[in-house]
Amino acid sequence: MTSRHSVASARPALLLAPALLVIGVLFAGGIMLALVQSLGYLPALGMRTLSGDAFIAVLTSRGFLRSLGLTLWVASVSTVLTVLFGLITALVLRRRLRNSRLIRFLYQIPLTVPHLVVAVAAAMLLSQSGLLSRLLFHGGLIPAPAAFPELVHDSAGVAIILVYAWKQIPFVGLVALAVFQSVGDDYESVARSLGASRVQRIRHVLIPLSLPAVVPATIIVFAFVFGAFETPLVLGTRFPSMLSVLAYRLYTDSDLTRRPEAMALNLVIALIALVLVALYRGATRVFSERRDG
Amino acid sequence: MDEWRAPRDRIRAMHTVVIAGIVIAVLLPAIPLVIWSLSGGWWFPRLLPEQWSLRSWRYLASPASRVAEATRNSVIIALATTAVSVPLGVPAGRALGLYRFRGKRFAEALVFAPLIVPALAVIMGVQVVLIRAGISATLGGVVVAHLLPALPYMVMVMRAVFSAYDPEYEQQARSLGASRWETLLHVTVPAVLPGVVTGALFVFLISWSQYALTLLVGGGRIITLPVLLFAFVTAGDHAMTGAVSLLFLAPALLILVVSARMLGGRSAGVSGLEGV
Repeated sequence: MTSRHSVASARPALLLAPALLVIGVLFAGGIMLALVQSLGYLPALGMRTLSGDAFIAVLTSRGFLRSLGLTLWVASVSTVLTVLFGLITALVLRRRLRNSRLIRFLYQIPLTVPHLVVAVAAAMLLSQSGLLSRLLFHGGLIPAPAAFPELVHDSAGVAIILVYAWKQIPFVGLVALAVFQSVGDDYESVARSLGASRVQRIRHVLIPLSLPAVVPATIIVFAFVFGAFETPLVLGTRFPSMLSVLAYRLYTDSDLTRRPEAMALNLVIALIALVLVALYRGATRVFSERRDG
Repeated sequence: MDEWRAPRDRIRAMHTVVIAGIVIAVLLPAIPLVIWSLSGGWWFPRLLPEQWSLRSWRYLASPASRVAEATRNSVIIALATTAVSVPLGVPAGRALGLYRFRGKRFAEALVFAPLIVPALAVIMGVQVVLIRAGISATLGGVVVAHLLPALPYMVMVMRAVFSAYDPEYEQQARSLGASRWETLLHVTVPAVLPGVVTGALFVFLISWSQYALTLLVGGGRIITLPVLLFAFVTAGDHAMTGAVSLLFLAPALLILVVSARMLGGRSAGVSGLEGV
């Protein structure tokens, strides 16, 4: 294509500079400042000696390990649910969306609803005195609110998982739908004419075709849940709390000497997230090379 | 039953179940929000309030509730975040979408990383500088923090827009004698405008929905709608929680409607990333 210019880097550099400057100062600056503070250098608080104590304190604390475990658990389960239902809904909707604007609109609603609102609604629906519990009580299925399972403020983070699945299913679904629409019906008709059953067509044609787009989307989904803050603040327990909440609690602790620990934890969070970024870029490259080659 | 038709009927039934599931799952969370906002008292195990009331909506409209102040702050912060993100994001998106150049991979990584690394973790590091600069707990400080998730999103949206854009038209316009300014106004802008508007709407929404960064930088002194909403959640006032939630939610739905129109039925919000 003629439109992809390979030019001396002056023009793109000029176009990029303002945005990169802002992002670079905020992002790289934030990470550097967190590093400095995590090593115990906070002159405003009279702390000037450098040490790795905060990292040791954080990494060996019981709270950190439990929080990491909970965060990985919530992120993994909600990612699995999101991808599963994202693909199922995309497979069902792929022929319908063209015709029904209402269904398309409804399907996209969760993408724009703020997490805080979904979390609040989830509490109203799923708590022991919530709407679902009331319905079960009226159906004679539970004798008292206490008999309703603890889904909110529980140690397994069930409500948090459901909120993120609800928010992100259409994200994965729309990514898959875009693929289904761009490949059209040709591959499927060929497979059908070769005698492939419906299940075989889905398993061996549609799903593999969608993977180059769905795998990177999956990593994004996982990363978003990994950094969850307001949802677990509304729906989680105090102990263990998810990592971002734990970092915020350490930061706002009345004991200011815990600030370095908050910063150390932020760096651990950022490091895990950066690994996910690398995975994402790796996955995108692997799939695009496979497609081109 | 006809042996050949049976699976086809089952598939159709399955489709109906999935579509019904989508409709119910999407609308379900709105039900308790609406009912609670209209309730005067709603104890377990009643399915509907024993008393209906407009108390929360009246209180919402009264100056005592601080809803007006919170809405104003939310709008100002989101508009300012958008006003900075769009003029910086559009050219950067053009550079990444149209050109090959040295250091492009690094630039892309730097733009992409803040979309994945939790902004709260990064801004917590920056906060010490915001405090020293005296802009912590100000609207400006909150806008600076909101730029971290918002600006990269705008760049990624515009990158997607420009990688589907053909700059040949600009060259043709120039060779036909159009000035730089005329080319920009009559060729480039009309071609990318739907993408810019959609990106701007979603940047507005990212800032509008932001709670963590406002809480951190605002330090409780900058009251936005999510900050107020969280206060009602903590106070256990379900009626007010429902009402403020619905108010907070309304622009999100409006933006979805508008962006669906702009993109003529294509999917909004996925062009760059989910982001919100």
